[in-house]
Amino acid sequence: MSEGALETRGLCKSFGALTVASEIDFRLEPGARHALIGPNGAGKTTFVNLVTGALSPSRGRVLLGGEDVTALPQARRVKRGLARTFQINTLFRGLSVLENVALAIGERRGVAGQLFRPAGRRSGVVEEAYAALERLGIAEDADRLVRELPYGRQRLVEIAVAIGLDPKVLLLDEPAAGVPGAESSIIVETIQSLPAEIAVLIIEHDMDLVFRIARRITVLVQGSILVEGTPEEIAADPRVREVYLGEPEPA
Amino acid sequence: MTTLAEAPATPSAIAALSRRHRLRLSEALPWVIALACFFAFPEYLALGTQILISILFALSLDLILGYGGIVTLGQAAFFGVGAYTAGILAVHGWTEPLSGLVAAGAVAAALGAVTGLILLRTEGLTLLMLTLVVAEMIREGANKAGQWTGGADGLQGVSIAPILGLFRFDIYRRTSYLYALVVLFLAWLVVRAIVHSPFGRSLTGIRESVTRMHAIGSPVLRRLVTAYAIAAALSGVAGALLAQTEQFVSLEVLSFGRSGVVVIMLILGGAGRLYGAFVGVPLYMLAQDQLAEQFPIYWSTGIGLLLIAVALGARGGVLDLWDGALARMRRR
Repeated sequence: MSEGALETRGLCKSFGALTVASEIDFRLEPGARHALIGPNGAGKTTFVNLVTGALSPSRGRVLLGGEDVTALPQARRVKRGLARTFQINTLFRGLSVLENVALAIGERRGVAGQLFRPAGRRSGVVEEAYAALERLGIAEDADRLVRELPYGRQRLVEIAVAIGLDPKVLLLDEPAAGVPGAESSIIVETIQSLPAEIAVLIIEHDMDLVFRIARRITVLVQGSILVEGTPEEIAADPRVREVYLGEPEPA
Repeated sequence: MTTLAEAPATPSAIAALSRRHRLRLSEALPWVIALACFFAFPEYLALGTQILISILFALSLDLILGYGGIVTLGQAAFFGVGAYTAGILAVHGWTEPLSGLVAAGAVAAALGAVTGLILLRTEGLTLLMLTLVVAEMIREGANKAGQWTGGADGLQGVSIAPILGLFRFDIYRRTSYLYALVVLFLAWLVVRAIVHSPFGRSLTGIRESVTRMHAIGSPVLRRLVTAYAIAAALSGVAGALLAQTEQFVSLEVLSFGRSGVVVIMLILGGAGRLYGAFVGVPLYMLAQDQLAEQFPIYWSTGIGLLLIAVALGARGGVLDLWDGALARMRRR
């Protein structure tokens, strides 16, 4: 069996008596367009935090490109090609759009710790950041401060910053959250235009968006995987319908 | 992820970022004023020297508070340790001033690196309290170590050799003033280079969003500790300058008041903009000097009113007001 871009094996997390992730065996193939869905409180964001290293699991392992990264801190996982966006915009609000991306690229290239060379003169970092903005169609906002942009535009900057890290695995945590319906198609198009070799995992509420992008879907309920399959299989699955149509499950 | 092939012209956003570090003519202003004051107010050079030293102290604070977003109420720890290092060396016969500055900077940097490694794992109020605690512990330590520091009586008998063997410290404070000015200028060059460097920009990133910095793979703690140690070194040099020019060190250099006032002076000028120290410190110290002369008893009320006015009307400090006024004029 080939190595998955990202895998978790028996991943568990509990806070005291509250179990938020239980025995999650998950596999993201290289180049995948995979969605993780589930009702509120299913543990989707917890799962993202466990994978990125923002939380450490109670048990289980996280593998990136076949290598165990469970013990690595967040920053080291990023260096190995794991990038994420946030459900709520988490950007450098007082800096320009261009510099938001340039900071990420500087970190990736390992030049961000340099003390005595002007940042503007670092070889090609700013140019690469600009090219990334052009690819996402937001280059005209390059010199505006992030906090001056409408929320939907900021969502695109989130993606641009993550792309600046040249990831192998990209986790998009509710990329369309807070975006007016009319604009969410821009987000969808942006995600569809991502380089094919990046494995993309989308954590999303918006079923419309999920079915337009994902080729595989995993359904998470109460911290464990309920079912995984193609969009057609998921749409037809009676258990998924039950969860989403809100029929109360016995506690 | 390659760059664009042959973009027709450099987009303005790229040009703006790559030009930002270049010197502007207006940046000569503080130095022109400082030199002019040397000739215009020869009888005020003692106050002038203290202002220059405090600017250096506030400039070092700007690096961590203004750029890095590290809130601290204990920066006097490094100022004081620098002052005592230079003072104690001089008392024991090492009277050469420049090496004294370097030694003071090195000791303060080491202290900054060690305490930073522990403190900077925390943030917000916890960090604020811990910086205060460290500074108070060091002050009490200096108080108890009387045979070295002179304790509450202060360190007497600090004598400093002429700078480079040429420039004797004179009672008119001409040498002191120019010495402090040259050291401040060199420190400013260093801080200016740092804030425009990739490291400095990543510090700004940490101030804007620590979460995002982690998510782009930045070694946040290492960056913060490095900045903290550099700022500590510069604060230590400022303290050493005070010890060498006053030829006396008292426990006041380690006091909570000094830590607090430097924060106030920086915010008064405007934090995170490199020149806040150059505006806030003279403003505060001249106001204090004038008020103390006019109203020997009630001068602190005047300072208080000044601060209330700034807190209510100019959150970003005087420089922010100035920028706002410039922007309004351009729009007309």
